[in-house]
Amino acid sequence: METAKSERWITWIVKISGYSSILFVSLILFFLVREGLPALGDVPLKDLFGVRWYPIEGYFGIWPLIFGSVLVTVGALLIGIPFGIGTAVYLSELAPAWIKNVLKPIIEILAGLPSVVLGFLGIQLAAPFFRQFLNLPTGLTAFTGAVLLGFIAIPTIVSISEDALNTVPSGYRQGALALGANHWQTIWGVTVPAARSGLLTAVMLGVGRAIGETMAVMMVTGNAPVLPRSLNALFLPARTMTATIASEMGEVATGSEHYHVLFFIGMVLFGISLAVNLTASSLALRSRKRAERLLS
Amino acid sequence: MENPDYARISRRNALLGVNLLRLITLLTALPVIGVIVYIVVRGAPAISWEFLSAMPRDGMRAGGILPAIIGTFYLTLGTAVFSVPLGVAAGIYIAEYASDNRATRLVRIAIINLAGIPSVVYGLFGLGLFVLFLKLGTSILAASLTLSIMTLPVIISTTEEALRQVPNAFRVVSTSLGATRWQTIKRITLPQAIPGVITGIILGLERAAGETAPIMFTGAAFFLPLLPQSPLDATMALPYHIFVISTSVPGMPVQIQYGTVLVLLVFVLGMNVIATIIRNRARARRQW
Amino acid sequence: MSVKISVQNLTLMYSDGVESLHDVSIDIIANAVNVLFGPSGGGKSTLLRALNRLNDLADVETARGQVILNGQNILDPATDVIELRRKVGMVFSRPAPLPLSVYENVIYGLRLMGERSKTVLDERVEHSLRQAVLWDEVYDRLNDPGTSLSGGQQQRLCIARVLALEPEVIMLDEPTSALDPVSTAKIEGMLNELKERLTIILVPHNVQQAARTADYAGFFLQGRLVEYAPEKGLFLKPREKETQDYVTGRFG
Repeated sequence: METAKSERWITWIVKISGYSSILFVSLILFFLVREGLPALGDVPLKDLFGVRWYPIEGYFGIWPLIFGSVLVTVGALLIGIPFGIGTAVYLSELAPAWIKNVLKPIIEILAGLPSVVLGFLGIQLAAPFFRQFLNLPTGLTAFTGAVLLGFIAIPTIVSISEDALNTVPSGYRQGALALGANHWQTIWGVTVPAARSGLLTAVMLGVGRAIGETMAVMMVTGNAPVLPRSLNALFLPARTMTATIASEMGEVATGSEHYHVLFFIGMVLFGISLAVNLTASSLALRSRKRAERLLS
Repeated sequence: MENPDYARISRRNALLGVNLLRLITLLTALPVIGVIVYIVVRGAPAISWEFLSAMPRDGMRAGGILPAIIGTFYLTLGTAVFSVPLGVAAGIYIAEYASDNRATRLVRIAIINLAGIPSVVYGLFGLGLFVLFLKLGTSILAASLTLSIMTLPVIISTTEEALRQVPNAFRVVSTSLGATRWQTIKRITLPQAIPGVITGIILGLERAAGETAPIMFTGAAFFLPLLPQSPLDATMALPYHIFVISTSVPGMPVQIQYGTVLVLLVFVLGMNVIATIIRNRARARRQW
Repeated sequence: MSVKISVQNLTLMYSDGVESLHDVSIDIIANAVNVLFGPSGGGKSTLLRALNRLNDLADVETARGQVILNGQNILDPATDVIELRRKVGMVFSRPAPLPLSVYENVIYGLRLMGERSKTVLDERVEHSLRQAVLWDEVYDRLNDPGTSLSGGQQQRLCIARVLALEPEVIMLDEPTSALDPVSTAKIEGMLNELKERLTIILVPHNVQQAARTADYAGFFLQGRLVEYAPEKGLFLKPREKETQDYVTGRFG
């Protein structure tokens, strides 16, 4: 029969498309490893995890870059977590409908801003401002990068936190209010703790977003791959893993030592994003199961 | 017995706390509005017919940004060509065909990971696979393919989500009337989900249009004297152009920089607005 | 009286463990209203969904026994289920018009079969809607969405939609549970006329409806067929105590 035949074809096409994601993840991993693993042959492991990144003279120590990524990401979270979760709590627990209708599109706009635009604003506005305000020799610092990244992570944190808060059964809130707790006590004593694994997922994904961000950090952190010598490293130029790949890949010769090391950094980033996302999704799964148990 | 001091303090704390949350939200939202307004104010004077329709002159310090606009348009179109059919089909698979077994879980994990891979890593991948291995060179084609794979998870998840919102009763009824699975999808489920699917496609493409890192070493060019003639040519693109003129061109007039940013924003946020309109309209018209 | 469908020792179990059937044997009589009744969860809907293999959509764990229609076991994997579902139509408890116009709802099944001729379709729409006693109410708004009709009209639309396929059997799973008494009466009257041409299986939504409509009746309890008899016997003097308790309202 004609329908049966075309039905089989379509089922196959749809199925293959469904499985293509597995293929793509594997391909990405394969090409990263293919181009990145030779780095271990070119550069001794000891040097690869050395403290100096100066490719022109053959120093390929990636610690300063890892440090730069961590520094900027932690800084971003210090901003992203309170502002992101605070906004989510306000939106889901306190805001009247009309404010929600105004705020949500604004958060969506923030999510939709290309990172190169944020980087541009960082150069034009944030860097000069921080230089004057904090009295620094240059505004292109890890701190400026962290602030921008914080804003980049906020939409992710807000939307996932809000979902988590919205799945808390309203009976919890009513119960707390009936026992005489005020709004504020209900939020921090009942709602937020009940949503904690969802909030943790939000933070994890915020971390993933921040550590993988490239353009904005590259444009505003001043591009100095150095290990810190003091606590005020936050207010000095830095260099992340992502920014290093982006700014140097264009210049390297294909197949060179430097080229392989940049792919190796890509492998490290891939590994980090894999770990972050798997953790986040297992957390999300756990919180969903918990919610189902509570609601049933 | 209630301690009046305690009650007073907790009331005061509550008031303080609520106001703190208000302040935090305000501090999140205001800068967004602020910078949008600022970009419009600073960029608008640069916008003219020449700016939109002419080639750059004087080392990009004068003239227009036509090649970057055209390039971004091509890249977005190219991304759509690959990612839309594949992403929608994959979304259909997950929502309508897949049963909950190990293979399906693996697909889900793969999608989650695709969504989380940093954009610059996509750039590396595109360089390794499309530019070098498949020998497509730095080209619109290689960059579009790279962006497509990056966009895929967005399209897949929104398609799945939109299909799942269609009531199951429709599927049961349609099947009971002698429809095959695909007939049900084609005639009922997909048409009902289409506004959501389109919204997802636009949001995915919006992201692709604004990306820089994945195209830096796969298809974007610093400056080209001619418009691209074929999919195998490299191209200028708005996001990369913004990066170039704000970091690598000494003496670049600020007004042109803001103007270029404004054009990209209109492009990207315009898509966002269209997606929102489609979603809201569909919601209002929905019969279930 | 001839047997239309013969269910023989049917056992069905689902992996989620609800509404299974245990060793059910029942003959569905042609050109009659066959009523399956009993408390909810008794397995009536499960039986209906087995008769047109709609349970293919669910997770069946065990299936034993046979269902014979026109001399063939429809549980056989080789059965053409599409063909079967056209022959054995189904109306659900909640009116569920597809998100299409009234007209397109009625000819949905025909379109699936590839019917394109406007005259055939027009003719079938009118005929089916008349059979479902709906034509006079909707003939001037065939292009309105199916959901714009009232609840009772929607349910009759769903019946017309099944009739358009000219089925041999029509199964109705509590078709009037969401309807007012007037709509209910219309549908019951319609069934009485339809049985001249086809076989009807009805899961009524209460004992009264069962008593009003049944030519033959089977009483289901916890997945078993407790008692099966021509109509009046079952309601006036049930043989089994469980049946008696149920019809007299002692539980249910």
